[in-house]
Parts: sequence; C-alpha cells; structure tokens
Amino acid sequence: MIELLYFIALILVVAVVVQVARVYELVLVLKGGGSRDVVVSEPEGKWNGILYVLYGLAFFGAYAWLYLNYSQFFLPVAASEHGIEIDKLLDFNFAMINIVFVITIMMLFYFPIKYHYRKGRKALWYPNNHKAELILTIIPTIAMAFVIVWGLKTWNNIFSEPAENAIKIELYARQFDWTARYAGQDGRLGDFNYRLIGGMNALGLKPDDAKVQDDVMVKAEFHLPVNRAVDFAFRSQEVIHSAYMPHFRAQMNCVPGMTTRFNFVPNKTTAEMREITGDPEFNFILLCNKICGVAHYNMQMKIIVESQEDFDAWLEGQQTVQEQGIFAEAQADGKTSGEQVLLAAVK
Amino acid sequence: MSDNHGHHKEPFITKYVFSQDHKMISKQFLITGIIMAVVGTVMAALFRMQLAWPGEGFAIVNFFLGDKWAPGGVISPDMYLGLVTIHGTIMVFWLLTAGLSGTFANLLIPLQIGARDMASGFLNMLSYWFFFLATIVLCSSLFVASGPASGGWTVYPPLSALPQAIPGSGLGMDLWLGAISFFIVGALLGGLNYIVTVINLRTKGMTMMRLPLTVWALLLTAILGVLSFPVLFAAALLLIFDRTFGTAFYLSDIYIGGEAISATGGSPILYEHLFWFLGHPEVYIIILPALGLASEIISVNSRKPIFGYRAMVVSMLAIAGLSFIVWGHHMFITGMNPFVGAVFTFTTLLIAIPSAVKVFNYLFTLWKGNLMLTPALMFCIAMVSTFITGGLTGIILADNALDINLHDTYFVVAHFHIVMGLSAVLAMFGGVYHWFPKLYGRMMNKTWGYVHFWTTFICAYGVFFPQHFIGLAGVPRRYYSNTAFPMFDDFVDLNILITFFAIGGTLSQGIFLINFFYSMFKGEKAPQNPWKSNTLEWTTPVEHVHGNWHGALPEVHRWAYDYSKPGYDEDFVMQTTPLKEGELDGGKSADH
Repeated sequence: MIELLYFIALILVVAVVVQVARVYELVLVLKGGGSRDVVVSEPEGKWNGILYVLYGLAFFGAYAWLYLNYSQFFLPVAASEHGIEIDKLLDFNFAMINIVFVITIMMLFYFPIKYHYRKGRKALWYPNNHKAELILTIIPTIAMAFVIVWGLKTWNNIFSEPAENAIKIELYARQFDWTARYAGQDGRLGDFNYRLIGGMNALGLKPDDAKVQDDVMVKAEFHLPVNRAVDFAFRSQEVIHSAYMPHFRAQMNCVPGMTTRFNFVPNKTTAEMREITGDPEFNFILLCNKICGVAHYNMQMKIIVESQEDFDAWLEGQQTVQEQGIFAEAQADGKTSGEQVLLAAVK
Repeated sequence: MSDNHGHHKEPFITKYVFSQDHKMISKQFLITGIIMAVVGTVMAALFRMQLAWPGEGFAIVNFFLGDKWAPGGVISPDMYLGLVTIHGTIMVFWLLTAGLSGTFANLLIPLQIGARDMASGFLNMLSYWFFFLATIVLCSSLFVASGPASGGWTVYPPLSALPQAIPGSGLGMDLWLGAISFFIVGALLGGLNYIVTVINLRTKGMTMMRLPLTVWALLLTAILGVLSFPVLFAAALLLIFDRTFGTAFYLSDIYIGGEAISATGGSPILYEHLFWFLGHPEVYIIILPALGLASEIISVNSRKPIFGYRAMVVSMLAIAGLSFIVWGHHMFITGMNPFVGAVFTFTTLLIAIPSAVKVFNYLFTLWKGNLMLTPALMFCIAMVSTFITGGLTGIILADNALDINLHDTYFVVAHFHIVMGLSAVLAMFGGVYHWFPKLYGRMMNKTWGYVHFWTTFICAYGVFFPQHFIGLAGVPRRYYSNTAFPMFDDFVDLNILITFFAIGGTLSQGIFLINFFYSMFKGEKAPQNPWKSNTLEWTTPVEHVHGNWHGALPEVHRWAYDYSKPGYDEDFVMQTTPLKEGELDGGKSADH
C-alpha cells in the first residue's frame, strides 16, 4: 500500500514539474526569448549560467563538508617506516592536484555566466597562441617530472631487500581465510607442494622436510615485533587474493602457483596506535582486496604489533607444526615422505 | 532523378533490420546501447541499495531479482558479485565502446568527411549484428541457474576459470566469454571499416588537417581497437581452453573443492597482461570519442574555433600511442619486477601532459566565447569538469608507490567512474542532444534537456565524489557489505547518501528516455543546420537519403572551425565555402 502512495506521489511530482516547465516555456515565448532564430535565448543562457555558479558553490561546499566530516576517518598515521614516506608523497600530490582542481573547475563553472550568449555580441576569434600552449605544456611536464622522480625513489626504497635480521612470515590465502606461518627457530620456512594439501595439512607442507618441523602456523590473529623488518611471502591455495594491510600501507597479491614478496618495518605497536587514534578497540587488520568469491567481503585477520619481548613470549606459546601433528593422517597411511604422498596423489 | 531517390520504397527488412546504411546502423547501435545502459544502470541502483542498507529487504529488489537471487528482497552475495560484474561489462563494452563509437563513428565519419557511406556497408551491417548476437548471449547469461559471470568485469582466472571457485564461473562464464568473443568480432569489423573510410573516402579538399576533431578521435579510437581487441580475443580463447579442454595457460598449483587440480605451469598473471593490453587502450577507446564529441560541441556552441587544433590532434596521437605502453599500471602489486613497475609509472604519468593540454584548450575555447548553452554544451562543460576531477586523481594512482595502498579501494572506483564513466557518458549525452536532429530529423525538447542535465550532473558527482573519501579510509571495492569491519562503520551515512544520489540519477534518466522517444516521433521538425555549424553533416537533407547527398558530393575548402572569423558577417563559415582572396585556412588569419 505504501508503495502505491509513493508511486502516486512520484507521478504528482512529475506532473507538477511538467506543468512548471510548460509555463516557463510559454513565458519565454511571450517575452520573445523563445524566438526560433537563436538556439538558446538570453534568459535561458543567463539562468543556466547562474545555475552553474550555484552548482560550483555547492560543489566546493560539499567538498569542504565531506572533508570536515569524513577526513577524520581516513587511515590514521602510517604504522610502518615506508608508510610515512608514502603519506608524504600522497600529501604532496593532493596539494598539487587540489590547486589545479580548484583553479580549473572555478574557471569552468564561471565561464557560462560570464560568456553566455548575448544578442549582438561576437565571440573572440582566437584559434591559437603558441606561447600559451608552450607554457601550458611545459608546466605539467615539470610537475610530472618531479612527481615521477619522487615517486620512483619511494617505490625503489619500498622494494629494496629487507634487513638481515628480518623475521620471515608466509601469509597463505584461501577461500576464505588467512594463515600466517612463521619460520620458527631455524629462521627458514619449510618446503611445500600443493599436492600435499589435505586434512590438517592445509598449506601442503612437506612432512619430511626438516625446515618444516619448527614452523609455526596461526589463524585469526598474528603478531609482529615493532621496529623489526618483516619479510612477507604470499601464497594462495586456489584463486588470486590480495593481502591488504592498510595501516601499514602494504599490499601484495597472493597468486596461485607463485610466491610474491613484500617487506616493511612496523614502527608503532597496537597499544601506541590505540593511543594515537583514541580508540581502545583499535586493531591492525589484514583483509582481502582482490575479488575471490562469495565471502570475499569477510576474509580478515587481526594483526598485533608489540615489543620484541612480548612477541617472543607469544611465539613461544604457539605450537610448532611438529607439535600440532598435522601429518598424523599421512603417517597413519604409511606415507612419511613428501615423495610418497606425491606418488599416491599421482596414482 | 536524384530527387526520387529518397522516396524509393525499400522493404522494411533491409531498411530497418538488415540495413547497410550507416545512418540506420548508427541508430541501431544507439538504441541497443541505450537499452543495455538501462539494464546496467538499474543493476547499479540495486547493488547500491545493498551497500547502503546491507541485509535489509526491499520489495523492488525482489521484483527485479526474484526469490532465488534476492530472498526477502536482500541480494545474495553471489548475485551481488554478478551484478557488479555485468554492470561493469555492460557499461565498459556495451554502452561506452559499441554504444558510443558505434553510434557516432557510424553517423559522423561518412557525414563529416563527405562520403556516401562506409567503405563496406555489408561489413558495417555485420558489425552491428555480431554486436547484437553478443548482446543476446550476454543477456541470456542473466537467466542461467548458476547465475551470470561474477568474477568482476576483468574476469581474472583462476576465479573465472574454475566453476568450483564461484557459482558464476559455470555456464554464466561460458556465455560471458562467448558474448565477448562475438563482441570483439563486431568491434573489429566496425573498426577496420572506420579506418578505411576515413583514409580513403574523404571528399575533395578534405585533407587530414581539415578533419573535424570528432573524426580524428573516432579514427584513433578505431586504430586502438583494431590493435588491442585481438589480444583480448586471444586471452578469452585461452581462458575458454583452460575451462573446457583442460589446458593450463593460466592455472598452476591449485587445490580446490577438496582436490588438487592437475593443471600446472600456467600463470594467472599472463591473463592479466593480455587483458590489460586491451584493457588500458580500452579506456581510451572510451574517452577519445568523448573528447572528440566534446571538442566539436564546445567549439560550435562557443561560436569560437577550437583552441590549438594542431595541439589537440598531436595530444590525441600522443594519448593513443602512450595508451599501449601503460597497461602494467593495473598490476603494480601482482608481484611484478619492481623495475617494470617503475617503467609503467613513468609512461603512465606522461599521459598527464597531453591530457592537461586538452583541458587547457577546452578552457581557452570557452573563454570569451558567445556560449550557446544548449543541453549539449551544458553536458560537455560538465564533461570537461569530470575529465579534470578524474584525471587529477589518476596522477595519484599512476604512482606505483601510492597505488600500493589505494589499489582496488573505493578511491579507484571514484577515479575511473569519474574520468572514464562520467566523462564518456556526459559527452555521449551531449552528442545525442547535438546530433539528434541529424539522426531523427527532429529536435529534442530543450527544457527537458536542461532538467535532465541538472539532475544527472548533481547525481553524478553526488555518487562518485564521496567515494574518494571512502577509499582513503581503505575500504576495498567489490565488498558485498562493509559490516565485517568495525572501522568501516563510519561511512554508513555516506553510503546511504551515495545510494540516494544513485537512485535519483537512475530515475532522472527516465526524463531523457521520454524526451528521446517522444521527440523521435513528435519533436519539432529540425531545420537544415540547427546549431549553425560548419561541418558537412549539416549540408545533407534533413530527411535521410541513401548516399547522403542529392547530386554531387560537397567540396571542402577550409578547416571545420571558422567560427566568428573576422571578415564574415555570420559567426560561422561552412567548410564548403571557398576561401576569399588572400584568406588563410586553418586558424591562420592574414593580420597575424
């Protein structure tokens, strides 16, 4: 019933607008403005020019309103060393494009009222001005050269090799959750083969690889020590995912069949970040940012950044792969080596 | 007896259906494009409702999607992704490639260069009918049991390759690939025809540097399409192979649905490279015709020559050339070699230079004009504004270091919808209002044109401008709902506001549709040259005739932009008017 009322209201509104438009057209004709020899009458030009000015005012007003109300929800200060650099570059870019944006849009929305058709006026014959064209080509060229050099310097720093003492972590994506695997005591991540996936061995780790045994796998939440480089490796089980850690300005795709890498240094702990944001509930998150299936929108993991001591204590408390006994099923079947399982899979 | 030519009774089937007349084919592309645009727009309004009120049921959603896809009026996550995917596919390919180029290349190329028709009327007809076939196949995919393709309009494998990964990768994906293959055949037949026509069929005196910028833009668009669409065809073919014949071009080391898939050795990244080798030129296939239409409409209605014609041509050539070596900027975080990423950032940011030149030239053209603020010019001024707004955020996204954090967030959604979607749609509206008299021999209602313009323009920025803010908070695109993350709750109000604008913008297109179809039959009869324009299409009879001109083809004596030229009483000089003694052509005047 309410839908019907809405529908009737809509029709009435349309009818009113139609009638207003008719009256407006008739008035124009009576005023002589609707004459057929010009395509747009003076009053029409004037009114649309005024509307463009009003639109411009509303446009910049809305921009200011959005900024005042919503910029507080922008990502907080970067929690990684390279993130600080990225934010500086971003701020510079925004300053630059906002200047161009405001000037050009203001001109554009002002021209209709300033130059709309008036009887007996002739437009200026102005087909070119080589000097102006040259200047207006050179300015963007210089600006772009500056942005390119700064941007590429930042990019190269981000993708430089991690520090020697970097902690190695593999982020493993699948529909629709994440697993973080730490290299463990030996500082090396164990080998894997996708054919070994099954049962508790969700990552396809090789049972007979010595490097595997001390690895630590965690779900739902993983921890990082502050101010120490993290060397991430990314893998995926079936489709492309993207490991997005917005607070660290870090993102890398997880691509089935290959291992991708990214490294950064977290420089704020969760506790520090809670203080900065004033939000006692604040948590760093990892989320999926490449469409990966129906539950793509809810594929997340919590990240805790803490002091080295707290981190060590936490890691100590986690079970290693060996302790978890993820190969029990395979061993019960008498398959103790990766090769045996592989052979079984091929058969 | 050329006068009788127009009255020659042609059978309905060859006049309206299997027509080889470029003007009729142009209308066929336009109407098909409009119908598909309505479908794509309604889809967007539906999924915007889910984003504004996640989990709330709406009778209207249920009305469109039924109990299977929207039980209780709530879109299912499957269907949400399906809608997003098909919305993108329709808008990018159906509306803004075929709808835009198909309509205006067909209408304007022969008429503005002084040709009787396309080089091959038959291939031109085939081009439309392949497109039509593609349309049927794509639409049919909306009705299959497992749903339409739903891996995003880029359909990256393995998601799109494995039916186990998402329901939409079943039959719906097969139909998507079939549709896009037919589409590409149509686009190639059309594109080749446009190129050959522009190169060979220009009338006497129509040198390349006398071509209206519309024709330049449509020519370059066709060249881009012919060089890049075959690569997408190859990509689609390999994907069909992977899906159907067990090959492994894009697949490797995959465990899904409880089993390890035997395919190894392929790479999904290969698909991304092939896709974006088309995909990036594709955005210029969309924007160049829009810029071409805008150049013409702005110049005609400002009653001024386009400022810096040569610079406009050179910048379009530069944009077209560069567009082939920037595709990697869609893939900065796929794990590509950082050096390659650096090269792509460099080439991408170079495009800002010719783009800036174009914007400055539009501003100079409007400056001190005598602006006839027709609905067409209103739309084109709006288009320049969206080209600026969206182009500037492109500078940020082109920077690989910044893209790390903004990739696939709503900032990207805002950017490309504004710079490519809105700009092209606004210019296309401008084009329809401007050339409607040429298409249908009647005028569209101007007042309703203004109402349509203002409602559209308000809603356009209302939808997309706030999305920058959402993106800067790190909200990813293609999320069924943002409720899983407390940090995104801050944008609930803003998402509702955006959805109101989206629904308003959708409804306001009803004004356009009524105006369009009403004017087609009942509009005021169009005069010969309603906008007092210089170009050749306005020398043809208002009633369409086969071969476009009665009698001999017109001869061209000057460039297309002699508006308000000193020494003439009228503020326009047709291209067919011979130069006076001592008069210089191409924007050069004797006293300079």
